[in-house]
Amino acid sequence: MFNVKNKFLNQIIGSIFDLLPIFVVIFIFQIFVLQQPVPNLGDIVIGTFFVVLGLALFIQGLEKSLFPIGENMAYAFAKKGSVPWLLFFAFALGFGTTAAEPALIAVAKEAARIAADGGMIHHSNAAQLEYAIGLRFTVAIAVGFAILLGVLRIIRGWPLHYLIIPGYIGVVIMTFFAPAAIIGIAYDSGGVTTGTITVPLVAALGVGLASAIQGRNPLTDGFGLIAIASLTPIIFVMAYGMII
Amino acid sequence: MSSWINEFSSVFLSTIKDVTPILVVIIFFQLFIIKRQFSQLKNLIIGMVYVIIGITFFLVGLDKALFPLGRLMAEQLTSNSFINPSTDQSVSIAWQDYIWVYVFGGCIGFATTLAEPSLIAVAIKAEQISAGNIKARYLRLSVSIGVAVGIALGTYRIVSGTELYLFIITGYIIVIIQTMFAPKMIVGLAYDSGGVTTSTVTVPLVTSLGIGLATAIPGSNPLLDGFGLIAFASLFPIIAVLAYAQITEWLTRRAQLKRPEEGD
Repeated sequence: MFNVKNKFLNQIIGSIFDLLPIFVVIFIFQIFVLQQPVPNLGDIVIGTFFVVLGLALFIQGLEKSLFPIGENMAYAFAKKGSVPWLLFFAFALGFGTTAAEPALIAVAKEAARIAADGGMIHHSNAAQLEYAIGLRFTVAIAVGFAILLGVLRIIRGWPLHYLIIPGYIGVVIMTFFAPAAIIGIAYDSGGVTTGTITVPLVAALGVGLASAIQGRNPLTDGFGLIAIASLTPIIFVMAYGMII
Repeated sequence: MSSWINEFSSVFLSTIKDVTPILVVIIFFQLFIIKRQFSQLKNLIIGMVYVIIGITFFLVGLDKALFPLGRLMAEQLTSNSFINPSTDQSVSIAWQDYIWVYVFGGCIGFATTLAEPSLIAVAIKAEQISAGNIKARYLRLSVSIGVAVGIALGTYRIVSGTELYLFIITGYIIVIIQTMFAPKMIVGLAYDSGGVTTSTVTVPLVTSLGIGLATAIPGSNPLLDGFGLIAFASLFPIIAVLAYAQITEWLTRRAQLKRPEEGD
């Protein structure tokens, strides 16, 4: 199609194609379904340029830094052979990246308001703040635990679905006992935990570990950390809702 | 112009805040536990700067260009004047009246997932380690189809008022059955793709669609019913990726059966 030698230019073109569908959808709906003009065309043009540039830069940086960091640490830990330190690292990485996640902070605040409206906690600001912080730390611990468990799985070579399917069953059972107001939030908190910087890092860590440990296959054993990290918060948040 | 600079600096700061805990954990373990210098430190730093500046540009652009319009459209599509333009407000609204909302939800879910940076990262990694057996493009396409179906169903659920857990549990059962039959190598990747679909691009647009919808529908509570769309967007990609692997395997096997002389 385009034969561009420059890698970055190539990346920019790739990013344009990645983003094209969003514009097609938005313009078609705005013009043909809602039948309204597109507002602030100038802002949209500049913003689009930013998004394309940003995505291209991110992908370049990914291959230069996040992937190598995750892989190198996996190899270093595998060579060192210290399982407890590796597990501690896994927990710290999961906990550290989640506790400060902006999407989670927003969801926790929202959840505190719902809990107050539902009469689960006191209506005061202090009570809501305490609830929101409690929720955030619950999710952070859940993600830390998930990465720890996922790394242990890679070391031991457990099949992933031995962890995921009991997890699903746990979610289903707890859904029947958890307060109704927490269920939607719990399900969503599983989705908001894994951010743009965490995902590549954790994926590289898992794949690196599975490549470094003998008898593990990077494809079957390396993936799955993110899946576990999306599941444990649901369980932990419902438990939090049942205890509070 | 100044609003762009303001936005840029505040997003830049929050990205830095986002990265800091990750860097602290990595540097601490590298220096004190692994006790080694980073190799190719210069490259890592340059790459990290790319990542931070890239995310900043990406988010500022989205915030300035796409999100306001997307939110506005979500509001307009769910508003009463669009759904029920007749002056007779006593006409009861059926779930079919929201058909454009489901279509929009599906399309926007599909399009935003294709642009989701975390998914791009996982897809690149998968293509690398599978020696090209898994194509990044097809993987992303399957995930996007999964998200599209998920959001369309999720918006329908909000309108119809069906319980969230009925859909989720059914979805889980489908995933479990598929896991038993799907090729082993895809399972981890399929499960992971559920978690990566919902981050920077998809969540804000989808959340505003859910909340707009729940606000517009009589008898539903925006705070309770607006949630849950993200759960749909994480569940259906798993089904889609497992199905992608199953279909690919089936096609290969059928092609082999058709040409038995090349079979062994």
